[in-house]
Amino acid sequence: MLKNTNDQFGLVSTYIHWISAVMVFGLFALGFWMVDLNYYSQWYRDAPYYHKAFGLTLFSLTLVRIIWKLNNTTPKSLGSKKVEHKLANFAHLALYGLLLLIMFSGYLISTADGRGIELFNLFTVPSMGELFANQEDLAGEVHEIAAYTIIAMVVLHVLAALKHHFINKNETIKRITKFK
Amino acid sequence: MKKLSLTLVSLLALTASHVATAADYVLDIKGAHAFINFKTKHLGYSFLTGRFNTFDGKFSYDAKNIGATKITVDIDTTSIDSNHAERDKHLRGDNFLAVEEFPAAKFVSTKVTDKGEGKIEVVGNFTLHGVTKSITIDAMTIGEGKDPWGGYRAGFAGTTTINAQDYDFKAAWVGDIQLELLIEGIKQ
Repeated sequence: MLKNTNDQFGLVSTYIHWISAVMVFGLFALGFWMVDLNYYSQWYRDAPYYHKAFGLTLFSLTLVRIIWKLNNTTPKSLGSKKVEHKLANFAHLALYGLLLLIMFSGYLISTADGRGIELFNLFTVPSMGELFANQEDLAGEVHEIAAYTIIAMVVLHVLAALKHHFINKNETIKRITKFK
Repeated sequence: MKKLSLTLVSLLALTASHVATAADYVLDIKGAHAFINFKTKHLGYSFLTGRFNTFDGKFSYDAKNIGATKITVDIDTTSIDSNHAERDKHLRGDNFLAVEEFPAAKFVSTKVTDKGEGKIEVVGNFTLHGVTKSITIDAMTIGEGKDPWGGYRAGFAGTTTINAQDYDFKAAWVGDIQLELLIEGIKQ
């Protein structure tokens, strides 16, 4: 079952969800580690190269994900508390928004001087030029703050899911973990 | 008659003071006829150059009394430009210039010596990254005279070498940094 139904996420949504989850943690860890690398470290050039390439990959995946989500039913919210449904909806929207903000600000750091970003030696994503003054610094601040914020949101997201699974004992986790 | 002689005296006094004191110049920032460049080795194999885009300065100068020359230059360290945005971001960061904490660098001359044949030795205090050290700039006069637009200009070139370690850079491995000042002043 590829598509979502009223009470179950389909395979496409499920796989994209978990691949994104792994990539978000991976990119965060890589980014956290690489900013303090010494210039003479052998990872000094490769770490940012992979961070950017996987970041662009996650961006493509996120675009597919959004298009898929907009053309698909979303399983109904579980439980009966309207406030919780609203909070969950807001949290999910915030996660999407932060993902896009992080990816776009990251793009702006590396392309601030007209240089493009290489994607696994396949092709170069072109720069849009310098869009505003101090672009690499401002975009860098946004990238960092948004990255920490999304990790905080993910922690809430996981805690909420665990609460629904163990305390409310509903299908929340089960319906996003059917892999075949 | 009394009035006229008074005027004459004051005119003479004015002229005399003009001869005796050096003229004040400001760096031509508006027309960007002044440059502060840096140059350092990359990996020990090659050179990397860049510049500071935003700075201001002034000097007083009299070709007949070079020893009385005074010069001050203020540099906005956030304006560092090495022609690579990602590198500039790093250079502004904590390992190098730490511009959030130290957004300004400053040079104030303390002793200027005429070395003859257009050579000038400028000793002064250079503040960078919160550290002030005395440095010596080997300078030379390039030329001075009227410009085509009704003004008067004087130009100089100078070089000095500082060390990243002396200025407490976390990235002390940068080592020696050559600074080059190419300045043109407009007489005030």
